[in-house]
Amino acid sequence: MSADHPTANQANQAPVATPTLAMIRTLGLVSAICGLIIVGAYQGTYDAVAANKRIAMERAVFKVVPAAKSIEEYYALAGGSIAKAGAETPAGAAKFFAAYDDVGKLVGVAAEGGAKGYADTVRIMFGYEPACQCIKGIGVVSMRETPGIGDKIITDKEFQANFKELDARLNAEMAALANEIKTVKHGTKASNWQIDAISGATITSRAVGKAINDTAQALLPRLVPNLDKIGSKS
Amino acid sequence: MHETTFQIFINALLANNFVLAMFLGLCPFLGVSGKLDTAFPMGVATTFVMLVASLCAYGLNLLLTAFHLEFLRLISYIVIIASSVQLVEMVLKKYSPALFRALGIYLPLITTNCAVLGVALFQTAREYDFIQSMTFSFGGGAGFTLALVLMASVRERLQLSDVPGLAQGTALSLMLAGILSLSFMGFAGLGG
Amino acid sequence: MTTVATAKNWDEFMEGIWKQNPVFVMILGMCPTLAVTVSAVNALSMGVATAFVLVASCGLVSMMRNITPKEVRIAVYIVIIATFVTAVDYAIQAISLALYDALGAFIQLIVVNCIILGRAEAHAAKNPPLPAMINAAGMGVGFTIGLLALGVVREILGAGTLFGVSLFGAHFQPWVIMVLPPGGFFVLGSWLLLFSWHARRKQAREVPQNA
Repeated sequence: MSADHPTANQANQAPVATPTLAMIRTLGLVSAICGLIIVGAYQGTYDAVAANKRIAMERAVFKVVPAAKSIEEYYALAGGSIAKAGAETPAGAAKFFAAYDDVGKLVGVAAEGGAKGYADTVRIMFGYEPACQCIKGIGVVSMRETPGIGDKIITDKEFQANFKELDARLNAEMAALANEIKTVKHGTKASNWQIDAISGATITSRAVGKAINDTAQALLPRLVPNLDKIGSKS
Repeated sequence: MHETTFQIFINALLANNFVLAMFLGLCPFLGVSGKLDTAFPMGVATTFVMLVASLCAYGLNLLLTAFHLEFLRLISYIVIIASSVQLVEMVLKKYSPALFRALGIYLPLITTNCAVLGVALFQTAREYDFIQSMTFSFGGGAGFTLALVLMASVRERLQLSDVPGLAQGTALSLMLAGILSLSFMGFAGLGG
Repeated sequence: MTTVATAKNWDEFMEGIWKQNPVFVMILGMCPTLAVTVSAVNALSMGVATAFVLVASCGLVSMMRNITPKEVRIAVYIVIIATFVTAVDYAIQAISLALYDALGAFIQLIVVNCIILGRAEAHAAKNPPLPAMINAAGMGVGFTIGLLALGVVREILGAGTLFGVSLFGAHFQPWVIMVLPPGGFFVLGSWLLLFSWHARRKQAREVPQNA
């Protein structure tokens, strides 16, 4: 490196290599400016983003548990206990929302599940009612399925009827669902824990079934033994 | 999510092909797919960079999450990718100068290949673990190479065909890509 | 500014819209062009986001052009572009989560959009901030126009709506392929065919005059 030549401004004189100090100085300056911009943007939008996420989540929960008036976030931990949601996400925890009516009594539990559909992940929020041990409604949180085909899971009344009382009972050991929630071919639904697929939209329908089953299998064995702990709003 | 490794691979290779279904890596796809001899090495080089990028992104993500620095994710991914490409360039220049010259300008352009950054971003968004990430990037790279090779083969044939002057060039490549994409839609659901 | 300077600035601006339109002429930035143009709203939002990153990045690159050694220039450009993309990413999340979900990973993929790096390298690094930003703005507008051209066609044919407003009523059977990946390729190919035909016709008309 030629240290006695003028620095970066003369970079178009081909044989002069730029001194390392000039490169470090520029990179440092750029990093400092960019760091300030990024952090500024992050902090500046933090509240608005958090508010948006909360509104979206509340809308989804109120849709699947219509009687709900307020929501509390919880985690069902790997060991089998329940904890209120804080700033940190414990490893292996399943998140769920406890929904209460206006006198603080538990009316339902909502949880989110995801599975791969036709194009990308289909995220479903379902509402579970402890009294009947069944799922009483679903809502689509996000999906990128084919318009007019895959997105029928929102509009198709027959498909939505699957979730009026979808059986989600636990087995005798309370370790898993008594019957796996599964999507079956259109017209072959035989039991209350099966979901009749939309004809022509099998892949998306299967994703819905898988999303619900995966989350229910992980969450309900931990949740049901602890239902009394969240019976009233704390 | 509970996809098996095989499902991830097949999906990335066929059903959700990076180029024909997810629209990643289109610039080299349209630019380098003229000749089979350049298309295949380009695909392999890109796959290699994707593997390296996936590996680094996985590690970086662990680090950033541990320190709650998620907002630096994009910038650190792209810097790592740029460095990986630089590394691959230097290695190729030393050990295979012929290939280095054949790829020419397209090698540094792998940095701006959406597919490479796309791999890193998608594996983060889908929260894949290490094995899943590596499978995903390998499948994606293989899918990219497959699409590139298919396109190159057809375009080479087309050069000897009687194509209306109006359609020659990029318009034709795009129509071709559309038909290829249409045929790949047939793989939907293969990954279960 | 003198009228000459104003005219020059106007030329800089218009260059990105017609003569060097990134979508139809330079065929750059293909990935977002085909991926997000399934509806006019998405196309417009992506265009605006990209234009913002373009203008801001070119502005900063231009301001730093005299102290950026050529050995590290690509690294500097990339860091600057990634910074503004991160900022836009958070801004969109704050504005509308639905839009953020619709645009998906392609917001962050703006960072590898060849247009921005290309402009920074070819133009912003050699010109003062104001002309650089004006040229970038022109490119951004040109890109948005290109995206809209695709988004409008794909939405009308593939969903029967425009900006969410239903055009043909409930009995319209949409041409669904248009909002799927093959449709993206076909529509862009068709636009290019149209431009090619227009260019040839113009050429054919000019030849007798030159003879």
